[in-house]
Amino acid sequence: MRIWTFILLGIACLVAAPVVVILTYLVIPSGDVWSHLAATVLPGYIINSLWLMLGVGAGTLILGVGTAWFVTMTSFPWRRFFEWSLIMPLAVPAYVIAFTYTGLLEYSGPVQTYLRELFGWSSVADYWFPQIRSLPGAIIMMTLVFYPYVYMLSRAAFLEQSVSVLDAGRTLGRNAGSTFVHVALPLARPAIVGGLALALMETLNDFGTVEFFAVDTFVTGIYRTWLGLGEPGVAAQLGSILMLFILALILMERWSRKGKVTYTVGSYKRLPRYSLSRSGSAAAFFMCLFPVFFGFILPVGAMLAWTVQTWAYVDSRFIQMALTSLYLSGITAFIAVLTALVLSYGHRLRPGKLNSAAVRMAGMGYAVPGAIIALGIMIPFTFVDNFIDGFARQYFNYSTGLILTGTWTALIFAYLVRFLAVSYNTVESSMAKVTPSMDGAARTLGLSASKTLFRVYGPIMRPSLLTAAVLVFVDVMKELPATLMMRPFGLQTLAIRSYELASDGLLKESSASSLAIVAVGIIPVIMLSFMISKARPGTKKRMPST
Amino acid sequence: MKQIKYGLVLVFIFSFLVPFKSFASEVNIYSARQEHLIKPLLDIFQEQTGISYRLLTGQGPALLERLKSEGINSPADVLLTVDVGNLVAAKQSNVLRPVTSEVLNANIPSQYRDDEGYWYGLSARSRVIYYAPDRVDPARISTYESLADADLGYRVCVRSSSNIYNQSLMASMIAHHGPEKAYEWARGLVDNFGRRPQDNDTGQIRAVASGECDVAIANTYYFGRLMSSQDRSDQQVVERVALLWPNQEERGAHMNLSGAGVTMSSKNVDAAVALIEFLSQEGAQSFYAAENNEYPVNPRVEPSGAVKELGGFKADSLNLSDIEKYSAQALRIMDRAGWR
Repeated sequence: MRIWTFILLGIACLVAAPVVVILTYLVIPSGDVWSHLAATVLPGYIINSLWLMLGVGAGTLILGVGTAWFVTMTSFPWRRFFEWSLIMPLAVPAYVIAFTYTGLLEYSGPVQTYLRELFGWSSVADYWFPQIRSLPGAIIMMTLVFYPYVYMLSRAAFLEQSVSVLDAGRTLGRNAGSTFVHVALPLARPAIVGGLALALMETLNDFGTVEFFAVDTFVTGIYRTWLGLGEPGVAAQLGSILMLFILALILMERWSRKGKVTYTVGSYKRLPRYSLSRSGSAAAFFMCLFPVFFGFILPVGAMLAWTVQTWAYVDSRFIQMALTSLYLSGITAFIAVLTALVLSYGHRLRPGKLNSAAVRMAGMGYAVPGAIIALGIMIPFTFVDNFIDGFARQYFNYSTGLILTGTWTALIFAYLVRFLAVSYNTVESSMAKVTPSMDGAARTLGLSASKTLFRVYGPIMRPSLLTAAVLVFVDVMKELPATLMMRPFGLQTLAIRSYELASDGLLKESSASSLAIVAVGIIPVIMLSFMISKARPGTKKRMPST
Repeated sequence: MKQIKYGLVLVFIFSFLVPFKSFASEVNIYSARQEHLIKPLLDIFQEQTGISYRLLTGQGPALLERLKSEGINSPADVLLTVDVGNLVAAKQSNVLRPVTSEVLNANIPSQYRDDEGYWYGLSARSRVIYYAPDRVDPARISTYESLADADLGYRVCVRSSSNIYNQSLMASMIAHHGPEKAYEWARGLVDNFGRRPQDNDTGQIRAVASGECDVAIANTYYFGRLMSSQDRSDQQVVERVALLWPNQEERGAHMNLSGAGVTMSSKNVDAAVALIEFLSQEGAQSFYAAENNEYPVNPRVEPSGAVKELGGFKADSLNLSDIEKYSAQALRIMDRAGWR
């Protein structure tokens, strides 16, 4: 049994190492840079970051939970289409949607050009048009692509809820809305908060969008301090503070539901759907259409049109870049889910305080911007690399080169550090479904701990494991800053290509690569979306005509 | 059978563990210049010399950090940057090695290369003023300093101070006027901003054309790019905007360089030098001029195309290593002045 403690602590220490490296910078004095930052730009960073969190948090909650409830629990026209298409915006990186809407809505874009021709205006002095490159613009862009985190997790939670609990609500005289507020929502809360946490962490860590929209946040401040002021130590300190802030949020959430862990068992028969009134159906339809249209259909349509216009930028290297992106994402998703499963199971078997702390530490990478993680990995890894190389040179007269940072190893490890929390949160919140009595039954019947994991937990948790995999997959597909800094020679991803072209002002030219990111990311998103909808326990035994 | 299958899957999964090894006739490049701008030249180099290349692109300061942490084991042979500050910083961080080459000395004038041969400039560009001729009197904006006048009455557009070109311009202001005057200049400039600094240099020029601003600061090759564009909206921008060479009566327009250096860790110095020599020769220099609208450093190559139409001008002869000396201070001053 003790072996689980060792495995858990070993993995956690390894994954937490870069974070710890960054945190150690907190105790290193840094001269007068702090007083300079506090007197000039830091207040702005904090205020903008808070507004961004507030806006994106509210937006993703309303869109994510609302749409999830409608498509899971009610019936209205096109519901089946929305069930899977609501996830689609997840495949669109925030920076890509920002590039696209800028291309559409800027002065020389088609919308304003059309308006000018229509009304005979000749310059900006003649009319008012909302600035897309602004804080509200950034909030809208991020809400449109981050709400699927809330949607997916709350939908999975609604799907996994036992009908008997909802039936009890109905028997006690609650209608659809009241059951939602008083029964389904509290039960789904861990999952909803998990989704919200993902969306907010993505928001706080976003670099591409806020940089492009000229909104100064904590993360742009970290980059600026590091690469502009030439103060990597202070940048790491800013990163630590951001990390501690997010950690405090997570702790507050955990504390608020302390002692309220609920296990539900019972009949997983087909979910009965609430029927909606005419206006209710229309409301549900438009609420689902809005994010799908503006978060996916419109931007992808624009990118398609621009890709056709700039076809010369689609060359033979495209397939190679797409394969590289796919491979990196697939490998990382596999490793991240396996690691998350082992960690959360180990934590369940050995829920000591030390283990809890270790697991928390392992998940902290998600609260750290990609470039800071890169910094935290490069320092120890190049040290190990140079040590091994020096050792081999001295004793075997052979240069090993950079074993870790010269290969994809360091990059994949960076992805793991960055995205382990994504898979872990999903896996852990789903582990609550396996009641302790199931554990007991399996173990009494002679299964070992590890066999219980693979033969009992695995099948029960399959939808959540798949969700975790797709979340990590798509995140890696879109990842930019860490990839830029850590990739070895010859590694080119779609995200890098798209970013390089767009930041050079070639918005239309970048859309081919952007579109390819979306296309590659969309395949598993659709596939898994269908699987989740089919994977509800008990659906296989459904009677033909219920 | 099943085991073989699983074995193959595992081999595939962990194939990323195979380390990258450099080969004899190969040059590895860390480039701050973007892939689509440099790759055509590198392909020609590979064809002519038989030396193959590997390219890693990234931001200049990030590449420098990487070189520093990789130390003697870095696979890089050449560092290419788009700004002279990064070259000087690389020299001071001891990641470059001095090289001497008669070809380089013949192709690149001494003011465009390091005295000790640590780095060589490959193309030059100037940071100049653009204005809308229908509503701006060019006599009022003839210097960088004039853009900060309290009674200027024109809206000025410039990109964020995070941008290295603005940092270099600011550093040159410090070098010429001292930090106090430079701060006052930045304050006055911020007061004249027509909008929050955003977008790249092309965006600033476009903002003048659209009427969002009256005056803008941007590098020369961005205008050259618009001039040689076939796009109708780009042509409209060029019609509505005029270029002004700043400070022609005194020190001249602010200059910056893109360039290259051979790394300390290079295992292939000959190939690395051959690459830089290739980039300094007439063919490659013409490419810089024709395709990127930059000024060639090689005096035997004429500026071409759009840039040639802009005519001659007086360039600031400030010692380029001063720009690096003041770059961190420049950013702090811009922070204090509220230039985001």
